[in-house]
Amino acid sequence: MSLFNTPFSVTHLSVSRGGFVLFENVSFRLDKGQALRITGPNGAGKTTLLRCLAGLVGPDAGSITLGGIGVQNDSTFHYLGHLNAMKPQLSVGENLAFWAKTHGGIEPACAIKTLNLVRLVDLPFSVLSSGQKRRVAFARLLLSPRAVWLLDEPTVGLDTDSGAVFETVMERHLADGGMIVATTHTPLGGTSWQTLALQPVVQP
Amino acid sequence: MMAALYVRDVRLGFRAGGGAVIAVLFFMSVIIMMPFAVGPDLRLLAQLAPAFLWVGALLASLLGLERLFQADREDGSLDQLRLSADLPELALMVFVKCLAHWTVTGLPLVLAVPFFGLFLNMEPMAVLAAMATLAVGTPAIAFIGAVGAAAGVTLARGGLLVAVIVLPVIVPVLIFGVAAANGAVNPSQLFFVPFSLLSAVCLFFAVIGPFAAALFLKGLDE
Repeated sequence: MSLFNTPFSVTHLSVSRGGFVLFENVSFRLDKGQALRITGPNGAGKTTLLRCLAGLVGPDAGSITLGGIGVQNDSTFHYLGHLNAMKPQLSVGENLAFWAKTHGGIEPACAIKTLNLVRLVDLPFSVLSSGQKRRVAFARLLLSPRAVWLLDEPTVGLDTDSGAVFETVMERHLADGGMIVATTHTPLGGTSWQTLALQPVVQP
Repeated sequence: MMAALYVRDVRLGFRAGGGAVIAVLFFMSVIIMMPFAVGPDLRLLAQLAPAFLWVGALLASLLGLERLFQADREDGSLDQLRLSADLPELALMVFVKCLAHWTVTGLPLVLAVPFFGLFLNMEPMAVLAAMATLAVGTPAIAFIGAVGAAAGVTLARGGLLVAVIVLPVIVPVLIFGVAAANGAVNPSQLFFVPFSLLSAVCLFFAVIGPFAAALFLKGLDE
């Protein structure tokens, strides 16, 4: 049995910004436990595609559906962008406790243990290394169960150990019937990833 | 969830780099200069005191206002808040953020009035009236300011611009605020009429401001 509605399907999605077409006719479909890797050169619109899926950027055309219904629900996606969405002045524990309450989810203790953050809980977020910051940002995804994870360059700045923890966490999400869409330049291990290559659109 | 947002913003305000002390310090510097500028006429100073307190508090409230959403945008929190909210929820979040901003910058100003009243030769009654009007008026400034802050959220140096955008809308607040503060000590003027209008303006903007700001944030398409 799956926790989430499936499939997550995107059809003929087009986005342009200021008359500049970023991508056109992007379609894909993910069933439960499937993951998609978006590749493409810089400026091909990978980040914009993710932000569009998350609802942060409006599409020109196309539809995004989950379980056959148009997505407008706020608790469908986890979006992990380039920015970690953590306050530098607050401690790791305070930051995660805030997002736990905002996401209306689970106490952060388990996520903290899973991502080996126990030693860092009382440190201010600002003093962490970039890899540690990324781990804290990733812990946020475990604070509430959401069907689709949208990850923008999730493994940038991570050492091999953290990368392995990442993979385990993603595996577990997929095993629960979740779906992942990630942009990346480097291959992500573990799961069998489908690939979608974005090419820069030739401007008319 | 809203309680968590309030607690977080208040906590941030009192941590290093927060706006809590800055507003009071600015308020203090404005007020302390006034006796020197007016000169030795104590009666005139007491007469002008409500106006000085109001202008000082108004300008102090505008300080750091442009950071209301900008800080959240820069670290990615704003994306998360927008992601998990529809328009009414987002308006409620803006409302809560305004309250937190007021707790950190506005409330200390109100509490500081008795001390700064000494510099301005104010009677106890006048101090109480100034505190009451500022307690009602400074939240209104935060609610109006939120609209400017949301409109200027993408501008890196938007501080003064935000102030200029919101100042004309704040003028009624200033007029009724000073009128009420004067009315309390001046037998030829009224207190409750301008005070009621001030309260009405505050309540009006408590509803309109967060919604307008939420519309700006929702339409933020980047």
